[in-house]
Amino acid sequence: MNNRQELNPMVRPDRPVVELWLMFFANKAAVLGLVLWLLVVFTAVFGLTIYTGDPFEMVGAPMTPPGAEFLLGTDYLGRDVLTGIIHGASITLAIGFSATICTVIIGVVIGVLAGYYGRWVDNLLMRVTEFFQVLPPMLFVMVLISLFTPSIYLIVLAIAVVSWTGMARLTRAEFLKIKELEYVTAERAMGARNASIMAKVILPNALPPLIVAVALNVGTAILFEAALSFLGLGDPNAYSWGYMIGSSREYIWDSWWTITFPGFAIFLTVLGVSLIGDGLNDALNPKLREL
Amino acid sequence: MKQEPLLQVNGLCVEFSTKNGSVRVLNQLDLHLLPGEALGIVGESGCGKSMTALSIMRLVPTPPGEISNGQILLNGDDVLQLTESQMEDIRGNEISMIFQEPMTSLNPVFTIGSQVSENIRRHQSANTSQAKEKTIQMLEAVGIPAPELRIDQYPHELSGGMRQRVMIAMALSCQPSVLIADEPTTALDVTIQAQIFELLRKIQEEMATSVILITHDMSVIAEFADRVIVMYAGRKVEEGLVRDIIDNSCHPYTQGLINCVPVLKRDPGLKRVELNEIPGVVPNLAQLGPGCSFAPRCHKVVDRCYQEMPPEQQVGENHYASCWRVGDAA
Amino acid sequence: MKTILTGLNRTIYSLVLLLAVIVLNFILVHIAPGDAVTAMIGDMGGATPELIAKLRADYGLDRSLFTQLYTHIWKMMHGDLGTSFTHRVPVRDLILDHLPATILLVTTAFFLAIIIGTVLGIIAAQKPKSFVNHVVTVLSLSGFSAPIFWTGLMLLIAFAYLLPIFPAFGMSTPGFQGTTLEVMFDVLKHLVLPAVTLASVYIAVYSRLARASMLDVLGSDYIRTARSKGLSRRIVVYKHALKNGILPVVTMAGLQFSQLIAGAVVVETVYGWPGIGQLAFNAILRRDHPLLLGILFFSTLMVVIANLITDFSYRILDPRIK
Repeated sequence: MNNRQELNPMVRPDRPVVELWLMFFANKAAVLGLVLWLLVVFTAVFGLTIYTGDPFEMVGAPMTPPGAEFLLGTDYLGRDVLTGIIHGASITLAIGFSATICTVIIGVVIGVLAGYYGRWVDNLLMRVTEFFQVLPPMLFVMVLISLFTPSIYLIVLAIAVVSWTGMARLTRAEFLKIKELEYVTAERAMGARNASIMAKVILPNALPPLIVAVALNVGTAILFEAALSFLGLGDPNAYSWGYMIGSSREYIWDSWWTITFPGFAIFLTVLGVSLIGDGLNDALNPKLREL
Repeated sequence: MKQEPLLQVNGLCVEFSTKNGSVRVLNQLDLHLLPGEALGIVGESGCGKSMTALSIMRLVPTPPGEISNGQILLNGDDVLQLTESQMEDIRGNEISMIFQEPMTSLNPVFTIGSQVSENIRRHQSANTSQAKEKTIQMLEAVGIPAPELRIDQYPHELSGGMRQRVMIAMALSCQPSVLIADEPTTALDVTIQAQIFELLRKIQEEMATSVILITHDMSVIAEFADRVIVMYAGRKVEEGLVRDIIDNSCHPYTQGLINCVPVLKRDPGLKRVELNEIPGVVPNLAQLGPGCSFAPRCHKVVDRCYQEMPPEQQVGENHYASCWRVGDAA
Repeated sequence: MKTILTGLNRTIYSLVLLLAVIVLNFILVHIAPGDAVTAMIGDMGGATPELIAKLRADYGLDRSLFTQLYTHIWKMMHGDLGTSFTHRVPVRDLILDHLPATILLVTTAFFLAIIIGTVLGIIAAQKPKSFVNHVVTVLSLSGFSAPIFWTGLMLLIAFAYLLPIFPAFGMSTPGFQGTTLEVMFDVLKHLVLPAVTLASVYIAVYSRLARASMLDVLGSDYIRTARSKGLSRRIVVYKHALKNGILPVVTMAGLQFSQLIAGAVVVETVYGWPGIGQLAFNAILRRDHPLLLGILFFSTLMVVIANLITDFSYRILDPRIK
């Protein structure tokens, strides 16, 4: 048991999680990202109980500029932009997270199988991955949406279908690297089963780069959903930030605020996860830790 | 009659800034190189020997490193006072250098021909075909077979020994007056090592180039150098002609290095050849005391060694050592 | 000889990929609810069962799936991508009409991104604490985080409305007459904003990548060797380091080409750029499946060709690849 502890870096006691968090919090940009995210999550969860209203409801004169009555103005139908932004936060988060979860499941399963079993399994799965990589994501999703009825589930799934390849390649690369290391050989020599080696030995050690990739993936998923909704291909019942911009784009010369503010909300949210991803990357990257 | 040195280094100091303040990796180093001479610089890793070479080339990575003091006189002119572009005219022309890692010291994406001729075209007014001709000549001179075919090959197509020959051809292509070889054979097989040294010696004689050979291996020094400087923790600890140093070394560190060379002839009385080592490790340069840096590892250490830095003393003709115990019976 | 063989190999592999796209298209159409005839009838507002059966027979929908797939592949190989429901013209002709605009936009953005990204990365790598380095950090973060359509709309507000330097819509001024040069300049003026918008994301990615890779390369032994030859800093950086440092950028650019085309779809709709993205957007609004599938096929073809070109340039840049 002692031997295993020395060989497997994940169970080495000198890399406690606390230290990672200390490094993360020492990084100003990462903390800014975290603050941005807490703000978005707070808005998504409590926003509508504080600032009540139906985003679809017409509450004022169309295209009222930002001011005392409506902080961020109203759109061409007289809908309050601020209500829309608050409402859109929960939809954005819901889609961002669920699409990422689906992406991670597909990507990690394929990457693990390809990296661990190698040979023909790897060959086959990597050809499939390459196939999905040459499909232009937006067009492929457009085809899916045009063939099937658009709904929030279809959109989540479609985003996952075009996003998993990066995750799969990363997981595969990590598995290929780690499975050759001594502590994995040691486990195998002790008779551990494949499933247990994959899940309990290799995966925990492959986690650091995967965690960073997941954070960045949340950002890409949010951007993707925004672009779809902007094009009017999102779920028509979901009042998302992308939808707000898309529906007002014809009035861009008359009401800049209906486009600027929701876009800024998307920007800050994605910036938040990018900063968190960068911070995690720095904290988890052993190369930098030695400096 | 005393010869004028070709290269003279006076009081050279190099400092590196680190998180925990500035570290002096070279401390008041003096050395000189005579025309046609082979000077060996020997010491363990981290003693500053490579930094000495990089300082002479003015290639100390800045930041974090910086030459903070001293003079480097080439034919009497201080190269530290030159502008960068004046220095560029000297590098590869007057002074060239061969590095330790032939595997990574050549650019992987250019042919070896273009890398060698680049040096020639940089410093000599040669057109493309003249440079190519000279390149082939140089490759031939360093013993590369079929050089007219090799010039179109890339470094990865050559073995380590061949790559080091290419490096030597490149370094010598402008007939430099000083060649610095920084552990040129450490990364190579033993048999190849001997070939490379033979080549270096042949070239040194033919071209009358002065060579500074940097190594950690005393046996290499014994075989190749005329004179030797022993360095420890950024300082010179002993200097002298090779035979004086080998037969009559005065510094315990030098003696330790000499004892490290395994003698393969077996003494019938011993069961096996004993490998000697110097006990302890190279000190952290950031935490040096006021006294001799070697004191903690020295078997002749006395109290004074910890308190005061020993000055350089002359112990024979052209033989100097910095040790408080010089002259004491061993 | 070896190069020709690998080139052939890659080409065959690319053709297999394209075949897979055709098969995927076919499968998707068949698992989707309804078929071409149902959609047409929807357009016509109902039909008799006889007519439906006749239409099915006309379109070959009554035959076995395998036969249908075979016919489908056969037709595609002969350049027959079917007829657009809405435009009533062959899909191939529609796409070929719109393809040049997309190719112009995508290649301009592609080279803008690679050149600007690499140059920024190089400058930042040389001076880790410089202003440019901070610019690269901020630019790469914001380029990655801003939705591309929003960047486009913001640039529209800034440079077509507040500061009207560039035209807001289309690829040329309607009714514009002039010499070839003047026409080209007119198109160029229209191209600036869409190309910059599309490039912005990738400038962000490549500047960061180039910085990391140049930092790595500049610390390597062969750079020290190059300097020890007395080469000037400029030659060391722009010859010796760049040829190595750009390799990851080329790899990444090849991998991301499909995303670039996807981005072009969005950018085209923002600026009314008359390319296949615009065509796809209109096709989806009208459920014009043959057109949409044809566009997917053609854009994949573009990606495959671009990948072949990247692969080829990588081989030229890096002699170590066999």
